[in-house]
Amino acid sequence: MARIIGGIGTSHIPAIGKAISRGLQNEPYWKPFFDGYKIVHSWLDWVRPDVAVVIYNDHGLNFFLDNMPTFAVGAADQYQNADEGWGLLVASPFPGCPELSWHIIESLIAHEFDITTCQEMLVDHAFAVPMALLWPQKDSRPVLTIPISLNTVQFPLPSPARCYKLGQAIGRAIESFNQDLRVLVVATGGLSHQLDGTRAGFINTEFDRMCLDKIVTDPISLTRYSTHDLVRYSGAQGVELLMWLVMRGALTGNVSEKHHHYHVPISNTAAGVIVLENNEPELHIAGEKCSTAEWIQNCVY
Amino acid sequence: MSQQNRDPNNIPGTIIFDGRQAMKGYALNKMCFSFNSAGNREAFLRDEDAYCARFKLTDEQRQAVKHRNVLELLEAGGNIYYLSKWAGIFGMSVQQMGAQQRGMSEEEFKSMLVRSGGH
Repeated sequence: MARIIGGIGTSHIPAIGKAISRGLQNEPYWKPFFDGYKIVHSWLDWVRPDVAVVIYNDHGLNFFLDNMPTFAVGAADQYQNADEGWGLLVASPFPGCPELSWHIIESLIAHEFDITTCQEMLVDHAFAVPMALLWPQKDSRPVLTIPISLNTVQFPLPSPARCYKLGQAIGRAIESFNQDLRVLVVATGGLSHQLDGTRAGFINTEFDRMCLDKIVTDPISLTRYSTHDLVRYSGAQGVELLMWLVMRGALTGNVSEKHHHYHVPISNTAAGVIVLENNEPELHIAGEKCSTAEWIQNCVY
Repeated sequence: MSQQNRDPNNIPGTIIFDGRQAMKGYALNKMCFSFNSAGNREAFLRDEDAYCARFKLTDEQRQAVKHRNVLELLEAGGNIYYLSKWAGIFGMSVQQMGAQQRGMSEEEFKSMLVRSGGH
């Protein structure tokens, strides 16, 4: 059976992609930020995932306002990056894992998440920059990928509670897949920032630090916010915390934090990264110890 | 947390891009979405009037584009993600856009961000 080995939340600021392509990692502005990923790389070398399910938000590369899905799941054997209009180098394609994609799609719809399915899906910087950050070996693609996109462009956005429940449904879907795969769930975006309006440049370090703590210890407390609350406390684009809540919801076992790093500012944004390990919980059926697979088969949703 | 007597859309210095704004700004955002293509960016630079006319921008939107004014563009229904593609044509970064909206120089804006981190 497939197993979720952990989750990573990471910022996806386009300027990071530019810094990587220009080799600026050791410049004074960038070094404190990139140093925060060294432990992430060691952890990834240790856990060696086969597949990364990447929860991100499209910023107007694949989706426009003519058709705006709240949740969209990629179901292709490859995903292309493309020109977004402001000069980021186009990344080489990312290999997909369509069998697991369709399993997730079938499971989500069976459990009342009526998502959009995409056999062609351009993935933007919110997907490509984190991949370059997590696996910096240029153009190597050590994991298969499944992109899952959330609408954060046009209100109403899905609520934090709904996003957490989507994550739970994704977690159950992955762990009921009948292949031995080690799956990592990646959430991209955040933390606090605002690009538009007379409050542009808004950053809220106190709120970010609270979220970095609660996403580990008490994610339910974060689901009590409304999307408007997130805009108020975290900035108009700070709503990207929604992706982190999907990731956290997908971690079904005993979750422990392996690393986090917080750095302000990168471009207009408070940058954060967190690594969560998802250890097998001790599960029981009728008082007897059982495996995750047996527990899921026995589980009534 | 939300208070019942507070309009959720009333967030200081922020326009919530909801259905109303999305309808108002459709033509403008559709034009900006087209700037994912390099050919379309060049076409805009060659003949801005003709390009805006092709997308049927409203007078308010056309003026805001002419003024290169981000706050006016937001007011006219623009969404920042699509507007960034338009700004990219002139090499305007999100920090320069931020500075313009705050009425600051780019250096002042960047210093403000650094101070936000408590440095």
